[in-house]
Amino acid sequence: MARSRIQRTLKGRVAVIGIGETEYYRHGASPDPEFKLALKAILAACQEAGLDPREIDGFASYSDDRSDASRLAAALGIHRLRAATMQWGGGGGGCCAAVANAAASIVAGLADCVVVFRSLAQGQYGRFGQATGIDTISGEKAYLMPYGVLAPPQRFAMRVRRFMHEHGVRQEALRAIALASYHHAQANPRAVMYGKPLDAKKYDASRWIAEPFHLYDCCMENDGAAALVLVPEERAKEFRQKPVYVLGAAVGSGYRAGAIPHNSPLYGSASFDTVAPDLYRMAGLGPSDIGVVQSYENFTGGVVMALAEHGFFRPEEANHFLTLENLVAPSGRLPLNTSGGNLAECYMHGFELVLEAVRQVRGTSTNQVERNDVAMVIGGPMVTPASNLLLGTGAAL
Amino acid sequence: MNSKATSSYLPPGLPIPVAEPDGLSIPYWAGLRQNRLLVQRCTHCHTWQFGPEWLCHRCHTFDPQWIEVEPRGRIFSWERVWHPSHSALRQHGPYVAVLVAIPHASGVRMVGNLLGDPMQAVTIGAEVEGVFEHHNDSDPPYSLLQWRVLDA
Repeated sequence: MARSRIQRTLKGRVAVIGIGETEYYRHGASPDPEFKLALKAILAACQEAGLDPREIDGFASYSDDRSDASRLAAALGIHRLRAATMQWGGGGGGCCAAVANAAASIVAGLADCVVVFRSLAQGQYGRFGQATGIDTISGEKAYLMPYGVLAPPQRFAMRVRRFMHEHGVRQEALRAIALASYHHAQANPRAVMYGKPLDAKKYDASRWIAEPFHLYDCCMENDGAAALVLVPEERAKEFRQKPVYVLGAAVGSGYRAGAIPHNSPLYGSASFDTVAPDLYRMAGLGPSDIGVVQSYENFTGGVVMALAEHGFFRPEEANHFLTLENLVAPSGRLPLNTSGGNLAECYMHGFELVLEAVRQVRGTSTNQVERNDVAMVIGGPMVTPASNLLLGTGAAL
Repeated sequence: MNSKATSSYLPPGLPIPVAEPDGLSIPYWAGLRQNRLLVQRCTHCHTWQFGPEWLCHRCHTFDPQWIEVEPRGRIFSWERVWHPSHSALRQHGPYVAVLVAIPHASGVRMVGNLLGDPMQAVTIGAEVEGVFEHHNDSDPPYSLLQWRVLDA
């Protein structure tokens, strides 16, 4: 008899043995082209693990990453390529799904050592925040762009506005998300916004991008690359670093989340209504077991919805729960985005969040939390497919 | 604000909407050219559907009919946009986009602009009516559906 989905699991079956990233740059400031950034991040992750890069036999990425798996395999001279998976969907919705796909490849016996990565050089290939140079448009964007709903801030502001309206969420809740990211970035020398603090007054005075988003509610755009290496749990202890285990992962979205344009039944939502319960079920854990969360900030409002959908508070409690004090390491109620995240460390399409979760579990973050046996990553909210991930120590298994 | 008089809510130069190569939305865009709002409805189970698809999402009957719908609805959400994400908007100033739900088509939603003062207070739930905005001099010509608040 076939095993039910609930018996098939990634829990404890694979481990992260190495992480690496390039220097993080403001968009357009990278001296290296995108593919070279990808190579540097991958080699850094292998070096950290003490792994010969030629042992890699798979690559996984998302958001149509341009650094092609076969070119990487040839460039690195790996002995053979076994797994090459690309997660459908744009934005950072796939930053955890890529890890899940790599883990699944290993668990299913398709590969033994898979690199998960994201490389992005917006100076080389153009920014997401500008839409000039398009003559005609069809599909979803045809219903939006002629009305000036062009770039991500405008595409997501109405979702957040609706959520705020339905649940009485105030601007201050969004502001707390931004303040937490900037607070943590001040202790992280990798962060693009290191040395550039933000306070409530500066946030309030900042210009609107698209109401309800101030400038500081919006992610940066950057150049860089980040990577990690996954192996089967049986090999986890052969390498230099303390292994960090995948406790669970989930991917997808609920009923007709992809109904365009702006016709998803659950509109004021981050798209985790089905994905969050799937994650908790695989891991056998609940919100109270999570010590630290990295939650993808394309926009702060998306984080508010994503955290609510993962059960950390009810939407009606958002104003009360989301204060700077509650969100900061080492001992806030729910330390959030402890590297500075997309707002203040680097917009590496959320992959910097996955690396930060690994650091938290290892105990090596620049904003180390006290409760670090279980760390959560929530991928890009408000898109479909979305994804999420739980990492933990061997003791959490 | 743009000092140049224009008959459209936003200045010219934004992307021009056209149907997909497979023709799925041709009736919708052709309808707007003729001051008609067309929305798909299943011939079998009468489920409304927007945006268009090749089949009904409820009963899987192919090729839903395009039905004319009175362009009236209620503001479901809104945003005031300040940052220009396109060179055509660079000197323009703020503008308002709304998401309008159409109750007599089971609440399907449309994105448009809210005509009038860009600084007006916008109320979720307010009743709005559609205004067809024709771009006849564009190549290719096209039409949009804009919205204005109905007087209480």
